[in-house]
Amino acid sequence: MADVFDEYALGAAWDEMFSAPGAPRPAYRAVRAALDRFDPGELRLRADQVARAFTDRGVTFAFDGEERPFPLDLVPRVIAAGEWDLIDRGVRQRVLALEAFLADVYGPANCFHDRIVPRSVVLTGSGFHRAAHGIEPTNGVRVHVAGIDLVRDVDGRFRVLEDNVRVPSGVSYVLENRRIMTRTFPGLFAEQRVRPVDDYPVRLLKALRAASPRAVADPTVVVLTPGVANSAYFEHALLARLMGVQLVEGRDLFCVGNRVMMRTTAGEEPVHVIYRRIDDDFIDPLHFRPESVIGVPGILNAARAGTVAIANAVGCGAADDKLIYTYIPELIRYYLGEEPVLENVETHRLEDAERLEFVLDHLADLVLKPVDGAGGKGIVIGPAADERTLDNLRVQVSKNPRGWIAQRPVALSTSPTFTADRFAPRHIDLRPFAVNDGERVWVLPGGLTRVALREGALIVNSSQGGGSKDTWVLAGESAHAEAVNPAQSAGSDAADGQLDPADAVAGRLAGPGADGLQQQQQQQQQAQKDC
Amino acid sequence: MLSRIAESLFWLGRYVERADDTARILDAFMHRLLDDPATDEHAACRTLYAILGVEPAAAQGARYDAVGVMDLLGFDTANPSAVAGAWCAARDNARGVSEVISTEAWECLNATWHALPGQRKAAGRIGPYAYLRFVRERAALFCGLADSTMSRDDGWLFLTIGRSLERVDMTARLLSAKVVASRNAPDWSTLLRAAGADEPHRRTLGWGRDPQSAARFLLLDQTFPRSVIHALSVAEQCLATLAGGPHSARRDVGRMRTMLEYAEERTFGTQLTTYLKELQEGCVTATRHIADEYFQYSAPLAWQHRED
Repeated sequence: MADVFDEYALGAAWDEMFSAPGAPRPAYRAVRAALDRFDPGELRLRADQVARAFTDRGVTFAFDGEERPFPLDLVPRVIAAGEWDLIDRGVRQRVLALEAFLADVYGPANCFHDRIVPRSVVLTGSGFHRAAHGIEPTNGVRVHVAGIDLVRDVDGRFRVLEDNVRVPSGVSYVLENRRIMTRTFPGLFAEQRVRPVDDYPVRLLKALRAASPRAVADPTVVVLTPGVANSAYFEHALLARLMGVQLVEGRDLFCVGNRVMMRTTAGEEPVHVIYRRIDDDFIDPLHFRPESVIGVPGILNAARAGTVAIANAVGCGAADDKLIYTYIPELIRYYLGEEPVLENVETHRLEDAERLEFVLDHLADLVLKPVDGAGGKGIVIGPAADERTLDNLRVQVSKNPRGWIAQRPVALSTSPTFTADRFAPRHIDLRPFAVNDGERVWVLPGGLTRVALREGALIVNSSQGGGSKDTWVLAGESAHAEAVNPAQSAGSDAADGQLDPADAVAGRLAGPGADGLQQQQQQQQQAQKDC
Repeated sequence: MLSRIAESLFWLGRYVERADDTARILDAFMHRLLDDPATDEHAACRTLYAILGVEPAAAQGARYDAVGVMDLLGFDTANPSAVAGAWCAARDNARGVSEVISTEAWECLNATWHALPGQRKAAGRIGPYAYLRFVRERAALFCGLADSTMSRDDGWLFLTIGRSLERVDMTARLLSAKVVASRNAPDWSTLLRAAGADEPHRRTLGWGRDPQSAARFLLLDQTFPRSVIHALSVAEQCLATLAGGPHSARRDVGRMRTMLEYAEERTFGTQLTTYLKELQEGCVTATRHIADEYFQYSAPLAWQHRED
């Protein structure tokens, strides 16, 4: 039988599965061995099954007015315990620094006085809202949910590509991917100890409840969605369902006397915590875009009055501006007194005239990003761009240097990805999700691995032909060993001879359940005898 | 429960029931057309359009036929009175409330919606029966899933009220076609089959009953779940369970039920037309009252000031 990995050609980038042709990394050995047992036809069948399952559940995004399933690749992305420990610490540190920065910007503004960040850089950012100044969150949390985008460089090192602290999305795919993968490849999981992801809704709900105004004993939490037309609507509905809270639209809410109420069949009911999935610009027509019909007029004043918590807080965009990104390592040192665990990608600010000139001269070797763009919009990858695009870019950048940053191109790592009949390397990134409940920042073990399905493509966004992979964080030998010596547990996480959790589950299932069934059958027989 | 969600659930219940009922009616009529060569196809189709309240946009003097009926009342996705259109409308409503109905029930609606184009193509090859059967089965699956996986909370109540009122309305329309415009009307057995009632009717009353027994059965049988009085009783109980509201919808439904429950045996035949008219109007009034009482959310965005 032809091996589906036979023609797998390693490129220049770091490959997640193979360290050399035919030599899988330790964390991937079990996955590789399991996938080897399938022939291409079988794999295609599973790929169809996966797509079908997504379509039926409505896990789709709108593309050209058509509902398409978000493609899930068959090969999981595996992260060893030691590596995950690094990511976990790095993401937590980053989120804490971002929180401190936001509290500072919308409060005492020390970082301006201490000349860490120029005031003008923050105030000219499109995500900064003067209207949010002086709103004090109950438990000090503004970034309840964060998504920190990471990429792996040629040398295998994780770097932060960007921060998302406004309305980070994609966590539903993490949950759904796992659900579908365990059903499609049950065998794959039996040989691994993969850390579960289904804690997320509980953690999120806990963090949201913790944010509620103090006087409320049993707060009402809602998820605020722009509506079914939104491309992430599935995610909003899923999170509301999993948390067991109402999914509301702007028209379900209204403000009276600085309180937010919702219209129910039993009259008006107060709302205390709003997990909003609407951008700042649309959330309150009184303060932001007056033509917004998906927002709630007066909601920002209610937040200021302290009767309602908005998660994430209004104005968080001040921290995930791509120009602020360049200051984050300094901000980590400033606020936390620590060295950054995860480094940035080398980035040029363009306000300095010399630097601007350098960048304009080297456009063809750099990646240029608009500072407030989302979803990969407007990014120009120099080495891949044609002459006309670069000329255009040169004009735009010199006109508005504040609007752009320049980065060294990172050769995103590759991972085997199922194409029509075999596995081929495709570029991937990683978005871990962090939830902050005010006491602790918790990072969902795994996160969303996005994959650029077109050969050679570097942009992984779903709107640009991206898919995703189930992301596995392998459990260390024990939480204790992991904490004491991460390097060691990373090296040995493929060790054999551990208790197979699948067996344990099977044992539990066979136990009392089987007895109950027997009893029922006995009763049934008796009933038949009676009549 | 949010008013918007209550409204969506109410209409979700109605549209699934409508898809189901319309599929049954079409199935019975199609069968009749083939079964009885004496049937005037044009007239039968016109009756069908009248029952379902659809005005075909055909040229004057054009003759209606079964193919056109299926296109308009079966496959048209834009018309909520057609089988496919009702299902699309149901799915649209469910999409906005997918976190309230159970995942399984939502998946059933969604998967069916995705399968409809394929089923339609197949219908072009093997005739409309498989298509209609598919929709009936999926509607039954949805009801079964809702029944076994949804809590009996307000959401469930609104879903059930919608379903029950739609059933009353559809049965009343079906009977009107026979009673009011009886010249080209379908025979009673087709009618019973279209309401899914032929077998229970026969079992309860036996063969050779007078024609009115069918109407009596469809309106008055307390034990048959698709009869009008049964649907009214269910709706009435649900409305009584709902908290709040001045209960004017409950009064509408209760009035219809008592009208039937205390109908006089002697005058039933002569009063039939009145009953059917009352039922159709009653459903409209009840729906309006339910909307007034429970679905008040679409007030325009405006400043509100209140002293408290």
